[in-house]
Amino acid sequence: MSDTLARPMRFGSNSGQPLTRRDGIAKVTGAATFAGDNSPEGLLHAVFVPATIARGHVTYLDVESAERHPGVTCVLTPQNRPPLQGDPSAKPTMFSFRIEVLQDDTVRYAGQPIALVVGETLEAATEGARLLSPRYEVEPVRTSLDDNEAFGFEPAGFGLPAGAEHGDVEAGHAASAKSVDVTYETAAQYHNAMETHAVVASWDGDRLTLDMPSQALMMSCAGYANFFGIPPENVTLSSPYLGGGFGSKAFVTGPQVLAILAARMAGRPVKLMLTRQQMFGPVGHRGATRQRLRLGIDENAELTVIDHEGLAETSTFDDFVEPAANASQGLYAARALRSTHRAVRLDIGTPGPMRAPGEASGSAALECAIDELAELAGIDPLECRLRNYAETEPGTGRPYSSKALRECYSQGAARFGWADRPLEPRQVRDENGLLTGWGMGTAFFPAPMFAAEATATLRPDGTALVETSAADMGQGAWTALAQIAADSLGLPMDKLEFRAGHSSLPDGGIAGGSGHTATAGGALHAAGTDVVQQLGQIAAADPASPLHGAGNGRFVARESRIYLEGDDTRSEAFADIMARTGSAEITGSGSASRPPEDAERHAMSSHGAVFAEVKVDPELGQMRVTRLVGAFAAGRIINPRLAESQLMGGMIWGISFALHEEAKFDHRSGRIVNADFAGYHVPVNADVQGLEVITVHEDDPFVNALGIKGVGEIGVTGTVGAIGNAIRHATGRRIRRFPIRVEDLLAG
Amino acid sequence: MPHSITLTVNGRAHEVHLDDPRVTLLDLLRERLALAGTKKGCDRGQCGACTVLVNGRRANSCLMLAATLDGCEITTIEGLSEGGDLHPVQTAFIENDAFQCGYCTPGQIMSAVGLIAEGRAGDDPERIREGMSGNLCRCAAYHGITLAVQEATRRMAKDEMEDAA
Repeated sequence: MSDTLARPMRFGSNSGQPLTRRDGIAKVTGAATFAGDNSPEGLLHAVFVPATIARGHVTYLDVESAERHPGVTCVLTPQNRPPLQGDPSAKPTMFSFRIEVLQDDTVRYAGQPIALVVGETLEAATEGARLLSPRYEVEPVRTSLDDNEAFGFEPAGFGLPAGAEHGDVEAGHAASAKSVDVTYETAAQYHNAMETHAVVASWDGDRLTLDMPSQALMMSCAGYANFFGIPPENVTLSSPYLGGGFGSKAFVTGPQVLAILAARMAGRPVKLMLTRQQMFGPVGHRGATRQRLRLGIDENAELTVIDHEGLAETSTFDDFVEPAANASQGLYAARALRSTHRAVRLDIGTPGPMRAPGEASGSAALECAIDELAELAGIDPLECRLRNYAETEPGTGRPYSSKALRECYSQGAARFGWADRPLEPRQVRDENGLLTGWGMGTAFFPAPMFAAEATATLRPDGTALVETSAADMGQGAWTALAQIAADSLGLPMDKLEFRAGHSSLPDGGIAGGSGHTATAGGALHAAGTDVVQQLGQIAAADPASPLHGAGNGRFVARESRIYLEGDDTRSEAFADIMARTGSAEITGSGSASRPPEDAERHAMSSHGAVFAEVKVDPELGQMRVTRLVGAFAAGRIINPRLAESQLMGGMIWGISFALHEEAKFDHRSGRIVNADFAGYHVPVNADVQGLEVITVHEDDPFVNALGIKGVGEIGVTGTVGAIGNAIRHATGRRIRRFPIRVEDLLAG
Repeated sequence: MPHSITLTVNGRAHEVHLDDPRVTLLDLLRERLALAGTKKGCDRGQCGACTVLVNGRRANSCLMLAATLDGCEITTIEGLSEGGDLHPVQTAFIENDAFQCGYCTPGQIMSAVGLIAEGRAGDDPERIREGMSGNLCRCAAYHGITLAVQEATRRMAKDEMEDAA
């Protein structure tokens, strides 16, 4: 399958409707080709060997046995690994992590690559890797937050979060009539997209072709080119489909560099697909946190202070600090506000951004702490949040570009039936005797925009080609972005050819930060608008056109016609203009932008309210989320069907965070004991019931020209706290550690 | 020691010469028969991404050695639609947005087809959720999957009744 969707689309031709996915047929027939599905002529298979200790040195590898195994073609170790042009310890861009590519015999974390075996078949390479039987010199490991000194740092952009301080924090503490001082812990989590990281690499001289899932195609090209001393434009990267990303597929990883190197050495294409177990180490994770929240309220239950300290793990060799305390910066109208971060170096792979990085962990703790305050004040949790509703951004006083959170609260509460909630905990049992509790949380996620470019070409036959290297990791870019592009050109969807997911196209930017639809969509909108203006000018210069002489105006397009903006009586069909003036193709280009003055003057965020019902077995401690209602205001929704799926997916990640996910370390060996899908629990279908999403209307004239915020991550926030609060309400137990376990409810 | 087996894959007989007894059904399909629609998510029977039908029953193809399947009939996602027409489960998956990234989708769909054939879930959502819980979806499209299986079950039952009439 090529980058474009070659199969006839029998679904999704009604622009303006909640279209089904344009890549739907490809995905339900098995025709959607993911990176590891490619098998070019002459293919070799690579398997990397992960360290089975977490700290020390590799002292021996049985290379001879591996090499002797039939079908093994190459064993790559620190002894024979050819030099790389890029320094694996350097950080050439802000979004670079230091990587492990056999630069020495040091082991820095369990799961780190210590060798790569290449073979004629996957079976031969796998057995060769096993035969290496490494031996080690083992050093004591540090894998718990208490195992090393915490350190502070100067905020430095991507990997190191900023803090914030507004108002007089000490005075805020002193002025509180009631206060909480509580510590919450969140577990290390691993992205575990269903498609493991994979690459099929082939070289032609100094030109490199990669089939590889990437959330940021151009950044990936530059990143890999750097290691091989070739210009980025020599790298062709194809990523039409990603089998999930969640933040883990935006960066250069060591195993993928090694596979590309092996392909260059062999002069043949090489395929590497990480095993599920290998996903727990070299490709990032959400770092564990410990967060202390000291919150105070006055007699009216209005916040006098939010003081949020985050402690997070990072690796011994690079920095990524889960920015958990940032979650407290923009949500509630506290008189004083402080968020700080510290980190601890551990013998683990470097953490990275994972769906709602910081916001998820921070929101989990903050939303529970707010409920603890509400309980102290003796008021309903929703009432407590309304009393602290931020009409303007806390600290800065900037107005929100839009904020329909109040409507989210009211619509979500009404749908859920929140008004019937008894104030006291442990009041309700269902017909089977299960303890039943209701909890809520506020959802919150910033609305960033990044850089992206696109082109649009209108053809004389009335069809158009639009191009951008956007990435679809399941969020629906193939569909939502095409809808935006079609609207900008005034064309029905079936007249549009949309190309994305390939590095030969204009830079579509990063699919991350919940900003891809706004960003790549903004570029497509600008490119389409450029075409429309050009065509309008051609018509305006043509005496035979009804638009003649309108060259000083602006033009808009709909239903394949150009209109003079504000004057529907003057219009002409694209086809007529192009036929009469003999126009060949008209190509326009555009980039994404947010007017800097709008960005400066406004706080820009999506908001939501999540309401949860849980049922808990009083004897067994078994917990079930039985209902979950989320109401979200996230600007203009391009495709309600897909947005709802994204929001639901995020909420289920919230269930997972609250009750399932945890990488469990053996702190003696430093290894993760549950590094597979049997032991690392994520929700299955039976864990999900009673899920409802409401999208609350929100017009935002400032966030960007299209009024789009984002829906990819906000669903995780709010949900975790809502579930924790519901468990408190059901059982009377306040658990300050996620995931909440059966034993937490049975203990004492 | 080369070993030959006969497999019927999606209605087509294959004489497979296995030069390696370690080859799983999943790797046979993906790497040797050019049927990469079946996905590898864990390679040890924990995620269901590799689900195919073996003699009409759903199975994790990563847990089966190809050499043990002489004479078996295999149906993969590529063999589900007849001609250009989608299988009712495929149609229902699209209409109910029962997937996002699409990577677990071939396994989900084969599992759903198997579940419906087993006839134990009917259109009861709780039984469908239980019966589909061997197939992980990290995008968490479970709400849509349950609706899609319900809808396909009803549609197939209706089609069957009409055919019988």
